[in-house]
Amino acid sequence: MQTHQIKVLDIDLEREKIAIHYRDDLGEFLGGTGVAAKLFAEAAPAATPPLHPDQVIVLANGPLSTIFPVVTKVVAVFRSPLTGGYGESHAGMRLALAMRGAGYQAIVIRGQARRPTYLAIGPNGVEFRNASALWGLGDSVGSILRRLVPGTGHRSTLKIGPAGEKGVSFASVSVDTYRHFGRLGLGAVFGAKNLKAVVVYGDRNEPIGDFKAYKAMYEQIYNQVLKTSVMKKYHDLGTPANVLNLHASGGLPIRNLQENVLAGVEGISGEAFAEESLMRQVACSGCPIGCIHIGLHRSRFGAEYEFESRFLSYDYELIFAVGSFLGITRQSQIYELIDRVEDLGLDVMSAGVCLGWVTEALARGVITEAETGTAVQFGETAGYLQVLDNMVLQPNDFYQVLARGVEKAAQKYGGLDFAMTLGGHEMAGYHTGPGHLLGQTVGMRHSHLDNGGYGIDQKSPNLSPEALVDKLVAEEKWRGVLTSLCICLFAREVYQPETVLSALAAVGIQFSREELDSLGEKIFRLRQELRLAMGFDPAQVRFAQRFFQTPSASGPIDPAAVQAMLAAYRRHLTR
Amino acid sequence: LAKILQIRDMAKCIGCYSCMLACARVVRHSFTPAKAALQIRTAGGFQGRFLGEICLGCPDAPCAQVCNSGALELRPGGGLRFSAAKCTGCRACIGACIVQVLHFDQESRQPLACIQCGTCARFCPHGILAMEERKYANTSD
Repeated sequence: MQTHQIKVLDIDLEREKIAIHYRDDLGEFLGGTGVAAKLFAEAAPAATPPLHPDQVIVLANGPLSTIFPVVTKVVAVFRSPLTGGYGESHAGMRLALAMRGAGYQAIVIRGQARRPTYLAIGPNGVEFRNASALWGLGDSVGSILRRLVPGTGHRSTLKIGPAGEKGVSFASVSVDTYRHFGRLGLGAVFGAKNLKAVVVYGDRNEPIGDFKAYKAMYEQIYNQVLKTSVMKKYHDLGTPANVLNLHASGGLPIRNLQENVLAGVEGISGEAFAEESLMRQVACSGCPIGCIHIGLHRSRFGAEYEFESRFLSYDYELIFAVGSFLGITRQSQIYELIDRVEDLGLDVMSAGVCLGWVTEALARGVITEAETGTAVQFGETAGYLQVLDNMVLQPNDFYQVLARGVEKAAQKYGGLDFAMTLGGHEMAGYHTGPGHLLGQTVGMRHSHLDNGGYGIDQKSPNLSPEALVDKLVAEEKWRGVLTSLCICLFAREVYQPETVLSALAAVGIQFSREELDSLGEKIFRLRQELRLAMGFDPAQVRFAQRFFQTPSASGPIDPAAVQAMLAAYRRHLTR
Repeated sequence: LAKILQIRDMAKCIGCYSCMLACARVVRHSFTPAKAALQIRTAGGFQGRFLGEICLGCPDAPCAQVCNSGALELRPGGGLRFSAAKCTGCRACIGACIVQVLHFDQESRQPLACIQCGTCARFCPHGILAMEERKYANTSD
């Protein structure tokens, strides 16, 4: 094994001091997930609650970031205020490029700033700047920061909205407007640290070591990404290509998963979005695919012919969360909700799943309009917009609890049978079968992407509990390697183990196949230890009855089979 | 007429920066896109437009005209030839560029001159960059 040195920027918000550490010992973790988990563990996260000033935020890129095609993600690790457990979220756009240009492979942010602050992180240092005037602002913060920080046209801006400031447990951090550290509430951790935004920029030169090897490997991967069909679908319709496919199979969650058939689903299909409102596709820096679909939301705001236009990013998960899950079949309604969610700075998936529960709970009398302050019903946006605002404003006890997520709200008010969480985290849009149900529940960060359980449902149905768990765990271990390299998981077919090893070798990092596999194992164990210490108990997980009542794409899910899988998973952990 | 680098239609750009990475990689042997002779930037963030700052291959090459060491020379038909060995790092060329796309590299102390090699165009996934003859050439060139 021949590894590289990791340069860590350590930022203390309270003292307004930084330290730079050169860590040879972290090289074996490559970057991303592995390095961030390791740095996070060093801060003893289990000792304090998620929003405590002593908690840390770790950001990490990897040795291949930006300089190989589709290696575009930055990994954030933190303690989740939503689940209380291990928080890890990934975002793309321009952050990996900017971190590389600033000269850091990892950034640790600790402490609580004494006043609202934003950070300008550049190649010549870090500035702690006063953000008092920015506190309370939504999307407009970006246009202000653009005037204040160098790096025009190439910098990266992370920011929170009012949701993060108010400590909503599923507040997001937006990255360059169109990507997010969305899940698990990093926005609230920023808010608790009085951290409104982080702007990263820089153009530090990195000479190529072995030009011939690197050039050859870059071109091989570039050609595979672009000249084969492996990734074409992500540019064309993008992730919304899933809407009709999943609906046809019965895997698209509808009206709080009361149903799996949605009349009018054609109106919110990937095809319909592309034909009616797709404005253009954009890419994360270093990705020639460009899967980010920007839609045009044009609306009339004046009595006469006065119109405004907004450019909003849409994806499958958004169409699910604030579309099908709420019985919405018009694109303009989805855009309205996306726009509000973005401005408030909420995670759209958790927000949508919360709205689904609120709608059903209200209809069943579990809660009343005295709590919600408004009528809400499936298919209508007016009430939803008000509920979203109130999640942030928290005008009464009900909203203070709802701002902690669906799990907490249903624990207090009732309706757990239709509170659609997995591992305490609002579900992703895949009612595909037991693979997704178990996969999101036991995944390290309760993300559908941890182990791709939905894909196992689709490609390998009817596995025995043991075989399914083995597959989930093996997949999660390998994905831990890919995300330690910050490779976008959309390119997972391209970055097969042999390709990964060759790409690493081309930049002077030597791993064997066995060493790569044992790294996957090591990262799996490290994250498992962390979350067990923070209170995750695989014996205590809960499955809402609804998952078993509404048939999935694999037919009705058998609760006994899922319990058998869970038992198999627990056995797996003690092996 | 010589082929020079041209932007066919900037509105189709996805902002992947493959062109900058290619130029930096192949011409400068650097991982850093800031070393590229062309720069793609957002204007007004990702909600705005992508701007392409490329050498326009001026037929009269004002940058080469002010170069007194012979490092920059006008290529017949437009664009430049750059000879690093002859460059003194005086920066006269930087100030002479009428569209201000010629940047100075602090490490090498030389201009990041576009040599019209077409590498960036080869790595543009949407064919936005292309090596083409100037469509509306000034006949007096």
